[in-house]
Amino acid sequence: MAKRIDVSGLSAYYGSTRAIEDISMTIEPRSVTAFIGPSGCGKSTFLRTLNRMHEVIPGARVEGKVMLDDENLYGANVDPVAVRRSVGMVFQRPNPFPTMSIYDNVVAGLRLAGVKKKSVLDGVVERSLQGANLWNEVKDRLNKPGAGLSGGQQQRLCIARAIAVEPEVLLMDEPCSALDPISTLAIEDLIGELKSQFTIVIVTHNMQQAARVSDRTAFFNLAGVGQPGKLIELDDTQRIFSNPSVQATEDYISGRFG
Amino acid sequence: MTSSSPADARGRTPRRRGDSRRGDAVFFNLSRGAGVLLLVVMAAIAGFLTYRSALALGKNEGNFLTTFEWTPDAVKPVFGIAVLTFGTLVSALIAMLIAVPVAVGIALFISHYAPRRIAQPFAYLVDLLAAVPSIVYGLWGVLFLVPHMNGLTSWMDQYLGWTYIFDQSSSGVPARNLFTVGILLAIMVLPIITAVTREVFRQVPRMHEEAALALGATRWEMVRTAVLPFGRPGIISASMLGLGRALGETIAVATVLSTNSKLSLHLLDPGGGTFAENIALKFNEAQPLGRDALMASGLVLFVITLLVNGAARVIIARRKEYSGAAA
Repeated sequence: MAKRIDVSGLSAYYGSTRAIEDISMTIEPRSVTAFIGPSGCGKSTFLRTLNRMHEVIPGARVEGKVMLDDENLYGANVDPVAVRRSVGMVFQRPNPFPTMSIYDNVVAGLRLAGVKKKSVLDGVVERSLQGANLWNEVKDRLNKPGAGLSGGQQQRLCIARAIAVEPEVLLMDEPCSALDPISTLAIEDLIGELKSQFTIVIVTHNMQQAARVSDRTAFFNLAGVGQPGKLIELDDTQRIFSNPSVQATEDYISGRFG
Repeated sequence: MTSSSPADARGRTPRRRGDSRRGDAVFFNLSRGAGVLLLVVMAAIAGFLTYRSALALGKNEGNFLTTFEWTPDAVKPVFGIAVLTFGTLVSALIAMLIAVPVAVGIALFISHYAPRRIAQPFAYLVDLLAAVPSIVYGLWGVLFLVPHMNGLTSWMDQYLGWTYIFDQSSSGVPARNLFTVGILLAIMVLPIITAVTREVFRQVPRMHEEAALALGATRWEMVRTAVLPFGRPGIISASMLGLGRALGETIAVATVLSTNSKLSLHLLDPGGGTFAENIALKFNEAQPLGRDALMASGLVLFVITLLVNGAARVIIARRKEYSGAAA
C-alpha cells in the first residue's frame, strides 16, 4: 500500500474553460500533502484529477500524466473504475449512503468489488471502523442507518468506507469544512494515524489545519478571474509557513492577499 | 391600502398590522376549508355508495362476492363481482408487471444515461403520451393492437400453455381478452410512472452518486447503490398512481374487451370484465335496481383502491429511517 504520485504537465478543463494549467508535482508515499490556496484556484479540481473523478462531470477532461508508482492513471488501457478503487476519496460534506446501515456503508466498496463472505466483511468492518476511530461509538448499532450519526461521526464513517477497500492513496476534499472544532480535531488526529499506511492528500481552506496535519504543502493560485489555476510552490510545510520561496505564498499565508 | 408611501405606512402602522392578521386568518380558513372540503367529499362519496349499495344488496338473490352473472334487472335479480374483481386485478397486475420496469428504465435513461439534448425532448415525448385521451387508446387497442396480438397469443399458447393461464381454449378468435387489456393499460400508465420516477431520480443528491463512483462503482453500480435505493419510495408512489389509473380505467377497457362476462383463468380467451368497464357498459340501460347494483360494484372498486394505497404507505413507512430524508 501507499504509492508515490508523480504528476507532470497536467491541465484540466470544464468544456472549453481551462480550470488548471500545467501542474507538475511529486507526492510522497506515507505522508500528508496539503493543498491550500484561494477559492477557485483549482485545488479541488486538481485533487479530483488524481482519481479520475474530474471526468464524471459532463464535458470535463484532463490532459497530462499522473503516475501512481509506475502506472499512468490516464494511460490508454486504464479503467477509471479501477483507478478509483486504488485511490479513495473523502468529500467535503459527509455523504454516507442514506439508504444503508453503518455496516453496509463500510462494506459498500468491497461489495462492489464482489466480496461476499460474511466473515471477511465482518473483519473489514471492525478494522476499518477502528481505523477511523469510530468503532467504540457505533459497535452496538452497526445495523442502524448511517445517516443517524452526527456530522463528525458520518465523516469518520466515510473515511472508514474509503479505507475499507485498502486504497493506495486517500484524497480528502476539505473533509472538516462542515464540522465543528471537536469533530475537526478527531479527523485531524485520524489523518495523523492514517499516514503510516496511506498516501494522503488533503485540500483545506484552513491554513492552521494545513500546518497541523501536513508534511508537505502545495500553494495554488490564479492570475485573475477566468484564468486557470496554477501550482505556485510545493515544499515542506514548515518551510511554506515560515520561509516560503515565492512572495505570493507569503502574502497568502500572512493574510496580505488580494 | 396595499400600496402606501412610507409616510402613510408609519401613520397607519396599527391598521396595517390588523390587515396582515386578517390576511392570516383568511388564508388559514381558506386552507383549512379546502382540507375539510376534501374530507367531506370523500365521506359523501363513501356514504352515497354505501347507501345505494345497501339497497341493491338487500334484493340480491345471489352471492355478491362469488356470483359470475350480472343480471340485476331480471325477475330474479342476481349479480356478483367475481368476474369483475378478477378482471380488474389481473389486468392491472399485468399492466404493472410490464409498465413498472419499463418506466423505471425510461426514467433512468432520461435522468442518468441520455445526453441532455436527447433527454429533454425524450422526456417531453413521454409526457405527451399521458395527454392522449383514453378513448384514443381504446380505439388504437381494438383497431391495431387486437388484430396484431394473434401471433403473440398463439406463440404463448404453444410454449407457455402449460402454465394454464396462457392456455388458449380456441385459437384464431380476436384477442379481445384481459391480456391485451393489460398491455394497453401498461402503455397508458407508463407516462405517469415514468414522469414521477424521473423526477425522483433527478433529486438524488450528487454527493451520493459521487460517493459511489469514488468507491469504484461503474455507472450501473452507482445507479444500484445510490440512485435506486434513494428512489425506492418514489418508485412505489409512482406505481401506486399508475395502479390507481389502471384499476379505474374505463373507456379503453370497454372498447377492447369482448362483452361476454365469463370468468376464465385463461387470460388469452376473449371476455372477462372490470369494475369500471362494467359500470360504463351497463349504466345507461340499467333499471333502478341495476343502477344500485352498479353502485355496489363501484364501492368495491373504491375500497380496493383505498387498500392498495394503504398498503403502499405501509411499505414506504416501514423503511422511513433509511429514506434519505434525514441526509
